Amino acid sequence: MSVLEVKNLSLTLDGKKILDNLSLEFWEGYIHAVVGPNGAGKSSLASTIMGLNGYHNFDGDILFKGNSLKQVSIDERAKFGLTLSWQEPARFEGLSVSDFILASAKQKNKEIAENALNTVGLEPASYLFRSVDKTLSGGERKKIELASIMVMEPVIAMMDEPDSGIDIASIEKIFEVIKILKKRGTTIILITHSLAVLDQADHAFLICRGQLQDKGSVEKISQYFKSVCEPCDHKNKPDGTIQSIDKQNSDIFQVDKGEKDE
Amino acid sequence: MNNDYATARDLYQQTDSDADVLTDPEIAHLIVNHDKVLGMHGVPGLNIKTEQIEQGLNIEIDLESQHKINKPVHLCFGMLPERGTQRIEMKVNIGDNSSIAILAHCVFPRAIKVKHIMNAEILIGENAVYSYQEKHVHSDSGGVEVIPKAKIVVGKNSRFSTEFVLLKGRVGIIDVDYAAEGLEYSVIDMNARISGLQDDVIKINEQAYLNGEHSTAVLTSKIAVRDRARAQINNKIVASAPYARGHVDCKEIVQDQGVANAVPIVEVAHPKAHVTHEAAIGSVDNKQLETLMSRGISEDEAVEMIIQGLLSK
Ligand SMILES: Nc1ncnc2c1ncn2[C@@H]1O[C@H](COP(=O)(O)OP(=O)(O)O)[C@@H](O)[C@H]1O
Ligand SMILES: [Mg+2]
Repeated sequence: MSVLEVKNLSLTLDGKKILDNLSLEFWEGYIHAVVGPNGAGKSSLASTIMGLNGYHNFDGDILFKGNSLKQVSIDERAKFGLTLSWQEPARFEGLSVSDFILASAKQKNKEIAENALNTVGLEPASYLFRSVDKTLSGGERKKIELASIMVMEPVIAMMDEPDSGIDIASIEKIFEVIKILKKRGTTIILITHSLAVLDQADHAFLICRGQLQDKGSVEKISQYFKSVCEPCDHKNKPDGTIQSIDKQNSDIFQVDKGEKDE
Repeated sequence: MNNDYATARDLYQQTDSDADVLTDPEIAHLIVNHDKVLGMHGVPGLNIKTEQIEQGLNIEIDLESQHKINKPVHLCFGMLPERGTQRIEMKVNIGDNSSIAILAHCVFPRAIKVKHIMNAEILIGENAVYSYQEKHVHSDSGGVEVIPKAKIVVGKNSRFSTEFVLLKGRVGIIDVDYAAEGLEYSVIDMNARISGLQDDVIKINEQAYLNGEHSTAVLTSKIAVRDRARAQINNKIVASAPYARGHVDCKEIVQDQGVANAVPIVEVAHPKAHVTHEAAIGSVDNKQLETLMSRGISEDEAVEMIIQGLLSK
C-alpha cells in the first residue's frame, strides 16, 4: 500500500518548470530512492512534499495515507509523521544538541537523546551540551539531524543527500541508521545522486529535469543511472533536449516533450 | 528586622535563586527595597557602605587590594510597591590584584509604574577582575522603566565584564548607557540579551575606549523584538592605542511589527589597532524555522526556541 502518493505534480519557480507532471507512489515500510543528476529537481520535490515556504504553488496533488496535504502546514505534516532531513542542515545559535534532539522526541527524556547520538556515532557526553551552530562541522550537524529524526519515530523520513558532508568512515553508520529506521517501520525516501546511497534502497525512481524517467528495482535504476545519467552531459536546461540518451533505452525513457510548447 | 528579612526572602524568591545565600556567612550580600536596606553582610576585604538619599541610596563598594572574593556577591535592588522611583548612586572601587563577581538582581514584580535609575562609577585597579551580572525580574504590565548609566575605568591587566539579562516579565523601557575605558592589556566584555514584547522599548548605548596598548573590548547585543517592540542599539568602540582590538556584535531578531535599529560605530585612531563589527537584523531564519516545524514543533514554539537560543549564552 502506498503511504505517500505524488500525483501529476508540476512545480514552476521563477517561470521555470522544476517538476513536470511527476507521479510517484511510495509503499509503506520500504526504502525508496529518488535518484537523478544535480539539478534534476530532487530537493524541490522533497521541499514540496514537506510543504516548505515557496513550494505551495503546484499543480497535481500530494496524498498522505490518501489525504491531500495541500492545505496542511509543515508542523501538521510532521505531526502526521512526515519529516525531512535537509541536504545542508540549519545552524542554531545557542540551541543545545540535547534541546534540539528532544524537541522532536516523542518521549522527552535524556536517555532517548543519548541513545540516538550513540546510534549516529556521536559520543553523547561530548555533544549533548554543545550548540547546534557553526562550531559543529557539516557532517556532525547532519548526524545530529539524523538523531533528531530517529527520536521522532516518523512514519515517513525523507533524507536529502544523506551522505553529503559525511566522511567515508561514517557513511556505514548512516546506512545502519537507515536500516534501523526501516526495522522500526519508517518508510524512507532517500534523495540522492550517489550510487552507494541508491544501493541502500529497496526500490527506486529516476528523475531528470523534473520528470520521471524510470522506476523499479535498484539494480535496474542503478544500471540505468550508470550507463545513461552519469555520462550524460546535458545541463538540465528545461528548454534543452536530452541528446546523449542511448536510444535503446527509449522504451523506458519518456523522451523529452520539451517545454517549448508551453 | 524580622519583617525586613521576610521581605528580603520575598524578593529573593522572585528571582528563582536560593534564598539560602542570605544566610551563608561566606556570601556577601546587600538587599535593598526602594530606599531601605533590608539586609547586609560583608566578607573580609569587602566594605559596603550605604546612605539613604531621596528616593534611593548611595552605595559604596570597596574591595581592598589583594583580595579575591570566591563566592559571588549578591546585590538585590527591589521595588515591591506598584509605583515609585528608585535611585541608586553607586561607587565601586576594586583594588589591585583583587577579584570579585557581583550578581545583581533587580526585582520589580508588581510594578505598574516603577522607575529604576542607577548611576555607577566603577574604578578597577591593576591585575583585577570585576564581573557584574545583572538579572531582572519585572512585572508583566510593561510599567517598568530601567535607566542604568555607568562609567568604568579598567586598569592595567584588568578585566571588566557585564551581562544584562531579563529573567521574567516584560521589559517596559530599558535605556542602558555604559562607557568604559581600557588601559594596557585590559579586557572589556559587555553583553546584553533582551527580548521585547508588545510596546517594550530597548535602548542600548555601550562605548568602549581602548586607550591602552593591547587592550581589548567585545560588545555583544542579542535582542529580539516581537509585537510592536522597538530596539535601538548604538555600540561604539574607539581604539587609539597600538594592538588594541575590538569587536562589536549585534544580532537582532524582528518579528511581527517589531522594529530594530543597530548602529555599530568603530573608530580606529592608531594604525596598529584593529576593530571589527557585525550586525545582523532580520526575522527568524526560515530554514531554522522550517527545520523545527518539520519535527512537529508549531511555528510559535519554534520562534520561541530560536529566540531563546539566541538570547542564551
Ligand atoms: N527557488 C528557485 N527558483 C528558481 N529555480 C530554482 C529554485 N530552486 C531550485 N531551482 C532550480 O530547480 C532545479 C532543481 O533544483 P533542485 O531541486 O535543487 O535539484 P536537485 O536537488 O535534484 O539537485 C535547478 O535547476 C535549480 O537551479
Ligand atoms: Mg538537491
